[in-house]
Amino acid sequence: MSGNGPTENGREPGRTYDQATYAVGDDENEPLLTEKRSDTVEPGDALPDDLTRDDLTLPNPEEPEVARHYTRLSQMNWSIESGPYPLGSCTMKYNPPVTEDVAADPNAAVHPDRSADSIQGTLGLLAGLQDYLARIGGMDAVSLQPPAGAAGEFTGIAVARAYHRANGDDRSEVLIPSSAHGTNFATAALAGYDVVELPSAEDGRVDMEALEAAVSEDTAALMLTNPNTVGLFERDIEAVADVVHDAGGLLYYDGANLNALLGRARPGDMGFDIMHYNVHKTFATPHGGGGPGAGPVGVVDELAPYLPNPRVEETDSGYELVESDEAIENVHGFQGNWLVLVKAYAYIARLGDAGLRDASAKAVLNANYLAEQIDLDVPYGPFHHEFAATAGDAAAADVAKRMLDFGVHPPTTNWPEMVPEAMLTEPTEIESKQSLDDLAAAFDAALGSSEEERHEAPSRTTAKRIDQTTAARDPRLSWQSLDEE
Amino acid sequence: MSFDVPDDRKYLESHEWATTDQPTRIGISDFAQDELGDVVFVELPDEGDTISHDEPFGVVESIKAVSDLYAPVSGEIVAVNEALHDQPELVNEDPYGDGWLLEIEVSDDSEFEELMDADEYEAQIV
Repeated sequence: MSGNGPTENGREPGRTYDQATYAVGDDENEPLLTEKRSDTVEPGDALPDDLTRDDLTLPNPEEPEVARHYTRLSQMNWSIESGPYPLGSCTMKYNPPVTEDVAADPNAAVHPDRSADSIQGTLGLLAGLQDYLARIGGMDAVSLQPPAGAAGEFTGIAVARAYHRANGDDRSEVLIPSSAHGTNFATAALAGYDVVELPSAEDGRVDMEALEAAVSEDTAALMLTNPNTVGLFERDIEAVADVVHDAGGLLYYDGANLNALLGRARPGDMGFDIMHYNVHKTFATPHGGGGPGAGPVGVVDELAPYLPNPRVEETDSGYELVESDEAIENVHGFQGNWLVLVKAYAYIARLGDAGLRDASAKAVLNANYLAEQIDLDVPYGPFHHEFAATAGDAAAADVAKRMLDFGVHPPTTNWPEMVPEAMLTEPTEIESKQSLDDLAAAFDAALGSSEEERHEAPSRTTAKRIDQTTAARDPRLSWQSLDEE
Repeated sequence: MSFDVPDDRKYLESHEWATTDQPTRIGISDFAQDELGDVVFVELPDEGDTISHDEPFGVVESIKAVSDLYAPVSGEIVAVNEALHDQPELVNEDPYGDGWLLEIEVSDDSEFEELMDADEYEAQIV
């Protein structure tokens, strides 16, 4: 970078307000400490000269400039508050600010490392959430500790492993349908299991013959999403449960698609032994970004002793933190991410039984209405809260990019692989008929665009088409490389 | 759309090819690279490892998908195409030439008889 150096307030005249241009001079490529040979510094020494400096150029803008800068950045981003965000299997739904208000209550600012008798309110809320989740999932016990959905999966499979080992049963395999979320495979592998992938039947559901052939005394668990990743309900679920249980295996429920079942069907009633809840999907807590999050795990009675310590229990003398000798190792400190759990509790309490039932009804109705309105074929059905349309002869990724030009976020593309040029779409319960019609219009307009228009898209967004190939082959992982151009 | 299917090698149903000489070269077909789209990463075993007929031996990742690679024939690996580490695009540009994956010492010649010849393979992909 060149320039005449900053003015007194840290800015160069006539330059745009841009974070990346603020580092000026030699400091823009600050060497790492190891590169400065600071590993030779003895504890107690004063900092060597090459690690100290007398001045530091910091931006010094006026408050309105700061406000405009961040507002501008936020406008360059897309969010569920900007418009529909029908990312299939991700369940991007609106987080009502009431849950933020509850979490911002000064009474919610409680440090977890206190004696149980001094935080009875906190423990009461956690016990209440354990109870809500157990009732929603048909489970007997819940741990709120896992800090994300994938962590919940891992915790659940670790519980299964502990259960089998306690029975002197050293099983080596986890069965997973080919249509499952990638995290399932990673979870099983991380827990030390061999993954056995089950092909899908022609109707898109679990292939019973393949399942029966794959199940054995080595089967630790079958991991299943229901409805599955193309929105199909596994209607043979009870038979699936029998096959797995007869072989001594456990049935794991991936809660990613629980949104379709809320208040209507419960994994526990279908025969599932373990499940995780994606509170950011189903119960509208903040989504993604690396956390903090929460992915509570529910289990049937027989597995409860293996859940991580401690859990909250209501006793005659109030709420207590209880520990089990058979528990797996902790997966997070204390009870997990407390304020995220507060938001999930607030959401469930605010909606109540009727509200949750209404949410799942609208989630399914909206997906089915939208699929009816669009020109794309949907090969598998009847589906519930999401559907995998196919872009046919067009490239799904190009159609998706073109949809950005029509002011909506596109669906998930090219997954699951069982649908060619898949566009996995989940509008969720939050969209109105008007916004679903707008979304359908964007689908059709993108599909009806010329191949060239689709290939050039998006043309109306802040960032244009990303060169995915170069990004993957030659990634630039530091803002510093911006200055090398 | 027509794809290049050279008749000097044999093909596995899952779109890998093998030359019939010794050592044998292994790669993926023109059709496979086109289906995958831009290849961004190829994960291969090491020299000295053995691979088995119709069993996965590596992974090819494109911007669209991640796919397992299956061994057309069994044998011990005598060479790995190291160029793919920095230039995975060779698989797209020259799938039958510079985009080869492995060279192996075939342990069982009879496995070639289980593979498709160019005509049979071409019939499968049209």
